[in-house]
Amino acid sequence: MRRSNLVKLALVPAALTALAWAGTAGAQDYKARSWAASCFACHGTEGRSEGEFPALAGKSKKDLLEALKEFKAGTRKNATIMHQHAKGYTDEQLDRIATYFSQQSRR
Amino acid sequence: MTMNRRDFVGLLGAGAALGAAQLSGCATPMGAESARGRVVVVGGGFSGSTTAKYLRHWAPGLEVTLVEPNQNFVSCPFSNRVLGGSLTIEQLTVGYDKLQSTRGVRLVRDMATAIDSDKKQVRLAKGNPIPYDRVVVAPGIDFVYDQIPGLNNPAAQSQILHAWKAGPETVALRRQLEAMPNGGVFVMWIPTSPYRCPPGPYERATQVAYYFKNHKPKSKVIILDANPDIQSKKGLFTKAWNDMYPGIVEYRPGSELQDVDVRTRTVKLLQGDVKGDVVNIIPPQRAGRIARDAGLANVNNRFCGVDWLTYESTAVKGVHVTGDSTQSAPAMPKSGHMANQHGKICADAIIALMGGREVNDEPMIANTCYSWVSDREVVHVASVHQYDKAKKTMVAVQGSGGLSPAPSVKEGAFAMGWANAIWDDMLG
Repeated sequence: MRRSNLVKLALVPAALTALAWAGTAGAQDYKARSWAASCFACHGTEGRSEGEFPALAGKSKKDLLEALKEFKAGTRKNATIMHQHAKGYTDEQLDRIATYFSQQSRR
Repeated sequence: MTMNRRDFVGLLGAGAALGAAQLSGCATPMGAESARGRVVVVGGGFSGSTTAKYLRHWAPGLEVTLVEPNQNFVSCPFSNRVLGGSLTIEQLTVGYDKLQSTRGVRLVRDMATAIDSDKKQVRLAKGNPIPYDRVVVAPGIDFVYDQIPGLNNPAAQSQILHAWKAGPETVALRRQLEAMPNGGVFVMWIPTSPYRCPPGPYERATQVAYYFKNHKPKSKVIILDANPDIQSKKGLFTKAWNDMYPGIVEYRPGSELQDVDVRTRTVKLLQGDVKGDVVNIIPPQRAGRIARDAGLANVNNRFCGVDWLTYESTAVKGVHVTGDSTQSAPAMPKSGHMANQHGKICADAIIALMGGREVNDEPMIANTCYSWVSDREVVHVASVHQYDKAKKTMVAVQGSGGLSPAPSVKEGAFAMGWANAIWDDMLG
């Protein structure tokens, strides 16, 4: 076997790993990540709050979306700011933001 | 599948990025991106620090250098409470160490002196020039003293303070207030909009009133506003002055500044002279000098026009501008919270441009701004901004946003939570 072939063979596993990962990355909703990033200012980077505001990372999509929709509708109790923010987003945007946070690891 | 050498190297790069992501564990999100190259960020305030952090957080393969001459970050938000006496400047101070140790941002403690967009280098006061593929210019604001002759020299500026960049001036203005006798008058002047932090001057007046009420009850606050009216949270501030600090705060709109007599501490207005025991002039503002020198301040030679999808300068390609140096979009305040959001959208766009994916064409910003009306009670204004494809700028979403119904201790707790969270979002 020529040296160049050897090099190619050695590279195949690495390339396959990278391709598999690239496939996953292609599924990433970067637009939703950018929208969610606005929430990070209070709810922590990637929603991993350790402070005053609820952590969002790794919560169920159903719970997150329900809360956001209640804020938007003005039916959620004790809102100070979230009802004013939620009204600025379409239902589709809220759905994708909730999906994004539900997919993040808690730590 | 055919693959040339270049593709192969690219894939290996992606594999390496994946490896890095796995090694660093929790700190890296799923789907870390494979963008490669060198980004230099000039200025470690709300927008610059955030941009540097998120470039590394989302694309660990990027080499990111942050140029910042100050040892620590000092938060302008809440620095009016230092004047009121209920917070110290140390409580508003955060180091840059985590940006280096956790995020892998290279920190250069130097003053950037020029952007050489031909050679693609950032020049420094002390060190060697730093090459870049893209550069983010986030110097914040500079003050304009041209129209205030009596203040247009360093000696005068050391006596009549702005305290509009948090740090030594904030502490010095607090000392002036402490040294003032009971019965003295605090006079502040506010420039016409746009200036950094629309509600900030009114919060300042309220914080000084809080201090006077508790320690110098015979003293007064006179607000001389060049604007025709209170620029933010008008009803809430007016109510606080009437209900919480009756007889202390006097508000005079339309105050046209002509000069300041430093020796007699007299503010000379078109409407007449106003003498104070402590005088605080917040001068008109423009983009930081490095942005103006680099030809980025293409709006009235004052602020920097940007493409709101990428924050790339409309004057110079490959150069991005974030934070208070930008020519703000309609209804978009110059605020720390906004600057933090600029940073994340700009980082995402740079990663897209350098990694060969599409730039987000629908950026959204949710804005929150808290103001302290005492040591415990807070009011807020909130808004949501979206990109308008026809107007090519950010606009407020109709029906979104709003104000606090009244000052509350509950929002005071949230405000402290906000500060700790956003400082961590920039620097943690």
